[in-house]
Amino acid sequence: MNRRNFLKQSVFASGITLVPSFLKGMELLSPAQLSGYKNVIIIQLSGGNDGLNSIIPIQNDIYHSLRPTIAKKKNETLKITDDLAFNSSLEPIKKLYDQGEVCIVNNVGYPNPNRSHFRSTDIWQTASDTNQYLSSGWVGRYLDANCQHPYQAIEVDNSLSLALKGNQLNGIAVSDLKQLHRTTREPFFNKLVNDTQDEMLHEDNQGYLYKTMLETYSSASYIYETSKIYESNISYPQSSFAKNLKTIADFIISGLKTRVYYSSLGGFDSHVNQVNSQDRLLKVYAEAIGALVKDLKKNNRFKDTLILTFSEFGRRVKQNGSRGTDHGAANNVILIGGSLKKAGIYNELPNLSDLDSNGDIKFTVDFRSIYASILNNWLEVNDQTILGTGFDKLSFI
Amino acid sequence: MNSFLTDKQIQHLYWRTGFGISSSELQLVRTLPKKEIIDRLFSESSRKTNLSLDFGVLEKDPRDLSREERIELRKLRNQKMLDLNIQWLQQLAETKQVLREKMTLFFHNHFAVRLKTPRAAQHLNNVIRNNALENFGDMLMEVSKSPAMLLFLNNRQNRKNNPNENFAREVMELFTLGRDNGYTETDIKEAARAFTGWNFNKQGSFVFRQKHHDFGSKTILGRTGNFKGEDVIKILLEEKQTAKYITQKIYTYLVNEKIDSDHLETLTNRFYNASYSIEVLLREILESTWFYNPEHIGTKIKSPIELLVGLSKPFQVHYKNTKVLLYLQRKLNQVLFFPPNVAGWKGGKSWIDNSTLMLRLKLASVTLNNGVIEMNNSDDSEVSMMMKQKFYKKMKSQMERKIKATPNWELFLASLEFKNKQQLIDFILQPKLSEGAKNVISELDAGNTKNFIIELMSLPEYQLC
Repeated sequence: MNRRNFLKQSVFASGITLVPSFLKGMELLSPAQLSGYKNVIIIQLSGGNDGLNSIIPIQNDIYHSLRPTIAKKKNETLKITDDLAFNSSLEPIKKLYDQGEVCIVNNVGYPNPNRSHFRSTDIWQTASDTNQYLSSGWVGRYLDANCQHPYQAIEVDNSLSLALKGNQLNGIAVSDLKQLHRTTREPFFNKLVNDTQDEMLHEDNQGYLYKTMLETYSSASYIYETSKIYESNISYPQSSFAKNLKTIADFIISGLKTRVYYSSLGGFDSHVNQVNSQDRLLKVYAEAIGALVKDLKKNNRFKDTLILTFSEFGRRVKQNGSRGTDHGAANNVILIGGSLKKAGIYNELPNLSDLDSNGDIKFTVDFRSIYASILNNWLEVNDQTILGTGFDKLSFI
Repeated sequence: MNSFLTDKQIQHLYWRTGFGISSSELQLVRTLPKKEIIDRLFSESSRKTNLSLDFGVLEKDPRDLSREERIELRKLRNQKMLDLNIQWLQQLAETKQVLREKMTLFFHNHFAVRLKTPRAAQHLNNVIRNNALENFGDMLMEVSKSPAMLLFLNNRQNRKNNPNENFAREVMELFTLGRDNGYTETDIKEAARAFTGWNFNKQGSFVFRQKHHDFGSKTILGRTGNFKGEDVIKILLEEKQTAKYITQKIYTYLVNEKIDSDHLETLTNRFYNASYSIEVLLREILESTWFYNPEHIGTKIKSPIELLVGLSKPFQVHYKNTKVLLYLQRKLNQVLFFPPNVAGWKGGKSWIDNSTLMLRLKLASVTLNNGVIEMNNSDDSEVSMMMKQKFYKKMKSQMERKIKATPNWELFLASLEFKNKQQLIDFILQPKLSEGAKNVISELDAGNTKNFIIELMSLPEYQLC
């Protein structure tokens, strides 16, 4: 049975689901087309992950002297080089690293860093300057410039992050696909959608509401029906983060024509007794990523996938009075993928003897350089249209 | 001037200056000329009801607290912020001072402050409320000197020889002139020097700390002098651009996001010449004839708060667990006292994404009918009828557990003067119906008023006012 027939049958079999007319022309990727359909998974570690205790300058005396009780001892880490080591919770990442599938970029940030979670998250998500307030996100502007359908950027979460909001198109937020699908099965809305034709829609606010409703409807049906094609039999950890990544893997392997996936893991705001809590969270992160990559590899899709992990800021080098760390500035970014051009440690380690006036790491790589590289080198689109100005591109991909 | 308004126009006035109108109120004001209805809105709002939470232990000097009390302090602060949110939300739904609250909501977004200190947040909210229909210049001065603003935009760290420009920048960019409207980076730097020394004491009163102030000469927007913070505020108010920027925002809030430049110019002049009297500006808008033109009616996307309050108010919805109200605000992306950043909520289309829209469409059924939008088509087969009933039953059992909202339908239905289909449509929905909605409605039975109203409120048209 080919995929299109399979889809038709499964739609038919689901009974009371009315197939709206606009679904009929929906494209699906055949297995041949599937291969080579590149995608990006963006993971935000919310709260400000302490990059220094994740990827650790283990030989650095300043690191040990500024963090007398929270610095990692050598025997608690996994060696990368003589100078650098992974937090032992990141073992699954270390394994990928050893296979040349991880690239670590140090000192990523932006000029005049803002230390508010909200503001700095907005800056990262909109790709703005520190004193610039944008209402669209960089992925949203990618949708505007290069895509046709909202489902080409999917956030596996309750609500849509600013990152995925464009000026014309918004991405789709999916937390519980079945529930989203159920809402769209509501008989009343179903009737309304079927009674609404595209040509009825105007540019005004009312038209926008109907357009969003139709898009939600078609995207929900498209995602629901298409993602039935594959369900992973790889075992994922029990965490809800891992569940979200499994959803993403199902989507990718099922052949959704989605370019960008977005998800986040929260709780990294480690002001107090950070060691245990951060280690636990990093473990959740790394084990879930490990399962995701295994799943993608098994289905030959890892070579088409790039995973970007960032946090809105790093943390202060000096520990605070409660065995934690306060909000900092520049941080490391982790890139994982099956087709990296440059794996390993991309650039110089943070210079702990040259901190800014707050005692934070200075940035040497603008985070928008990473976006520009992904847009230009991986998704093969014009990065300047999306980011406004040109940024130096890196060669990790 | 002594013209009368149609029902639709009265509803327009009440939606834009409040949260809609009840059937009984409509019956009452329908007999009044336009001018008298507007006078009524202002006289109802002449009084002010401040938010007043009991802060208990938060009022005490931390030094007088035991160790345990201090540990509890942070937790308590967060809790009080949420209490403050609920208290205001309830006040919005119950108040008679509707116009004042609606303008407080406007300036809550104009002076967008996000804090974890409930006393400062409440104080700022009351400052805004007390000036909401009075004078913008006075409000700006008082807000700028409030602990909330001094904290939020770091003016406490703004000192001679070590300036912090945060407040100086935002007061120009967001509170008065608007971005890129005739000020330079030098103006910001100079203004920051003038604001040095502005601080507050333990009791939360404004203080001017002489030793932190830069007494030197500054040049701001072309004027030179040994300016203090108060002088900067005065200079900014002298700029007509400030009147224009505020008028533009109020026009967007009350009239239309598409701005008519002729109206804007007239309104700006009126506002500026009346020394920033907000009442003068509002009357100029509301007493005009153009405010009631069809192109303005039913075109604004309700903010989540407008939607939530507009739904709850006529039914006096009681929530057994007020956490539900916080949950809904979060899911709809507008939590009172927690604007996303200093620029506030953007409004308009930005309220809408696929997940917020589906919840917004479900909201009427969720708060008023346990999540059920019962729809009976005459041409339903027995099978699809059974399917629907099964679906509704499942929805109902889920929602009953989750939301626990009790609407007063008896009250609502008893005061409802309309019963026929077209009258109900006109009363519940402000915009003209889309073709899709017309098709759906044509097949609906208005015999069961309650079900029909839920259906109308579940249409995208209900998202507009």
